[in-house]
Amino acid sequence: MAEPELGGARHRRLARRLADQREFVLCVILLAIVGVVAVADPGVLTLDNLSAVFLALSFQAIVGIGMTNLLVSGGFDLSVGSTVGLTGAVTALALVSGVPVPAALLIGLALGAAIGLANGLIIAKIGINPFITTLGMMGIVRGLLEVITKGQNIYGLPDAFKWIGQGKLLGIQHPILICLALVMLGDLALRKFRFFRQNYYIGGSEKAAVLSGINVDRMKIFNYVLTGLLAAVAGVLMAARFGSVSVTMGKNLELQVITAVIIGGASLQGGEGTVLGALLGCILMSLIVSAMTLFNVDIYWNTLIIGATLLVAVLIDTLSKKRRPV
Amino acid sequence: MADNVILQLRGITKTFPGVRALDHVDFGLRCGEVHALVGENGAGKSTLMHIVGGIYRPDTGQIVLDGRPVRFRSAHDAALCGISVVFQDLSLMGNLSVAENIFANRQPVRAGAFIDSAALERQTRELLHRFDLDLSPRTLVKHLSAAQQQVIEILKAMSYRPRVLVLDEPTSSLTATDTQRLFRNMERLKAEGTSIVYISHHLREVFQVADRVTVLRDGRHVETSPAAGLTEDAIVKRMVGRTLGNIYGERASEIGPEYFRVEGAAAGRFRDVSLSLRRGEILGLAGLVGSGRTELARAVFGVSPLTAGRITLEGRPLRLRGPGRAIASGLGYLTEDRKGQGLFLRMSVRANCIAPGLARFADRLGLMDERRIGEFAEASRSRFDIVTPSIGQTVGNLSGGNQQKLLLAMWMGITPKVLIADEPTRGVDVGAKSEIYALLRQLAATGVGIVLISSDLLEILGLSDRILVMRQGCIAGEFLRENATEENIVACAAGVGRECLP
Repeated sequence: MAEPELGGARHRRLARRLADQREFVLCVILLAIVGVVAVADPGVLTLDNLSAVFLALSFQAIVGIGMTNLLVSGGFDLSVGSTVGLTGAVTALALVSGVPVPAALLIGLALGAAIGLANGLIIAKIGINPFITTLGMMGIVRGLLEVITKGQNIYGLPDAFKWIGQGKLLGIQHPILICLALVMLGDLALRKFRFFRQNYYIGGSEKAAVLSGINVDRMKIFNYVLTGLLAAVAGVLMAARFGSVSVTMGKNLELQVITAVIIGGASLQGGEGTVLGALLGCILMSLIVSAMTLFNVDIYWNTLIIGATLLVAVLIDTLSKKRRPV
Repeated sequence: MADNVILQLRGITKTFPGVRALDHVDFGLRCGEVHALVGENGAGKSTLMHIVGGIYRPDTGQIVLDGRPVRFRSAHDAALCGISVVFQDLSLMGNLSVAENIFANRQPVRAGAFIDSAALERQTRELLHRFDLDLSPRTLVKHLSAAQQQVIEILKAMSYRPRVLVLDEPTSSLTATDTQRLFRNMERLKAEGTSIVYISHHLREVFQVADRVTVLRDGRHVETSPAAGLTEDAIVKRMVGRTLGNIYGERASEIGPEYFRVEGAAAGRFRDVSLSLRRGEILGLAGLVGSGRTELARAVFGVSPLTAGRITLEGRPLRLRGPGRAIASGLGYLTEDRKGQGLFLRMSVRANCIAPGLARFADRLGLMDERRIGEFAEASRSRFDIVTPSIGQTVGNLSGGNQQKLLLAMWMGITPKVLIADEPTRGVDVGAKSEIYALLRQLAATGVGIVLISSDLLEILGLSDRILVMRQGCIAGEFLRENATEENIVACAAGVGRECLP
């Protein structure tokens, strides 16, 4: 009588540990969705369709790397969507006025890092909270974009630049490859490197991190710079991909990214989250939308479903934590 | 059972995942008595009182109030039945005033809706008067000291005019004077017919106030007996299940040469502080709360800058720009505030162990060596006897004593040359205390100098080789172990005797 119970308990414990691993749960859900889609309409599960979905989410996922790192450290950034737009536009304007491609890229990336530096300095050195700081920065950066473009789209980008976003390597589009490379790098960095490990401690307790000898201010500034830089990478890639820049480029991206990162296991309290989880969160959101299109669900349901997914993910997490003693 | 029992707990059991916190515990509280509840950390005292206060629900067992079984669904339920609990962790709202905190959610009102601020202030003043607190009811709680906040918390519980008042470690951040005021108030409440459950690690206090004493060990009821027939040793024996010898231990090696100096240090609340430390020496730093001891420690550790003075370690001057540099130079600082600033409560034992020494667990590329981290955490767990189901356990779930041992483990992990231990046994039971003392002794025996900051005079006297007393930001006196007594340290700390030079 006792024996099978013991075995059952062991299995339950293993199941519990896997269930606690957000990446594992997400993979199961993703496979389930793909399975349902494959059964419903085997014809759509082509490489072309999948790579189209992945291409669309690769920009989000790149920004998601920086956002995950920020959430782990207990911060976050609402200005990334605007930064994607402005860095794309400034790069495009530089190209249109004859600046060579490498220099234009550098200008775009440097601008993203500078916006992040401004965020970081205000938050770490002056002590204004991240919500207010980056909300303000979101407006300033979007406003700058509108002022310099006067609401006009920017066209006529050189082919050498467009190649960055539209070219293929081994049959796979560049943005997908760049996204995967950065995600792998980011995941490894957050999982393995001492430098990034410090962010988990800062997110765990800022005061205890200070006394443990972590230079909290410097890390915070670095985190915002990194996030701004990655937003710029996404912005430049997006401009190259579309071959043009509109004033609405990157709008609402910040909320999509934060949603995906939290679905992926990060928490606004800090101390939790992985880059792989964030990527899976992005994929889940895109797949849900694609599957809905496939089943002819009215496109207007999208926002509702994504919102509900976020709440369900956090709800499950919170309820499973509540069962444990405080 | 006698008729005058107001609250009776029968066969209370409470299990948390992996641990049975209470195992069929019986507990009876008589009308108008002070009943002390003692036991080591993790013995189940706080859990039991969480059940009495309606925060937890027991798995099995019965709560009988006035002869009728009751079930509390919330703290509010318990309060309605006249049970008021002051928990160990403060639950005040810093952004609200003293009056608003004490009368949270039941402010006196006029015309059914408007807060009657005059009545609110008057009632608050009456309560404050009980502790001779010279505070405006309008002061914001965040501007109060920890001791004052603790008093406000007690006043808040008293303001409910409870029939049963539970005080969980109320004196852990109180000064001696406030503690005596609390005891006078307890006497008064008792005379008015209130029954009080009093939890404390300070057995002296227990003897001062308690009528009866109940001892819990490992979630079980050991014994309830009148305080009058007990001795401290008898209680300790029941708490730990064995007799403890001299818990402070003896020095195991000779004191070496002087190697660490602070000269003319000044910043914030302290000025012109000089001290020196010899290898293997334990230097006690006594003084009242607020005398500048913690500020001095934090400045030496580089948390806040010094405005004047110099620090030398092994003959070389230290320029400390932040705790990171201090740690790299060989300084360790064990904070007095383990929950707020010492530990990462939401993280695992394993992650906490290595926090001050991350660099030691990374290779040249900066990659963390998880295997070595796991080994280190396991080794710390067994060396420091940290009781936890696994090193993956969240630190917030450990008992206070185990948290404190973990904090010590973290700082010993960086193999410091100098360790500043600020209240290393605050809120910790006798068993854990003696373990911590033994660990400090071991560390000193390896040649590490320890600066021991403590408000517990017995601890200072029991461990220190030399004692400095701080008063109002200055060093007010120095005593060698041989000629230090409780009386002359208290006199020095309070300003009797040698004057503090400006």
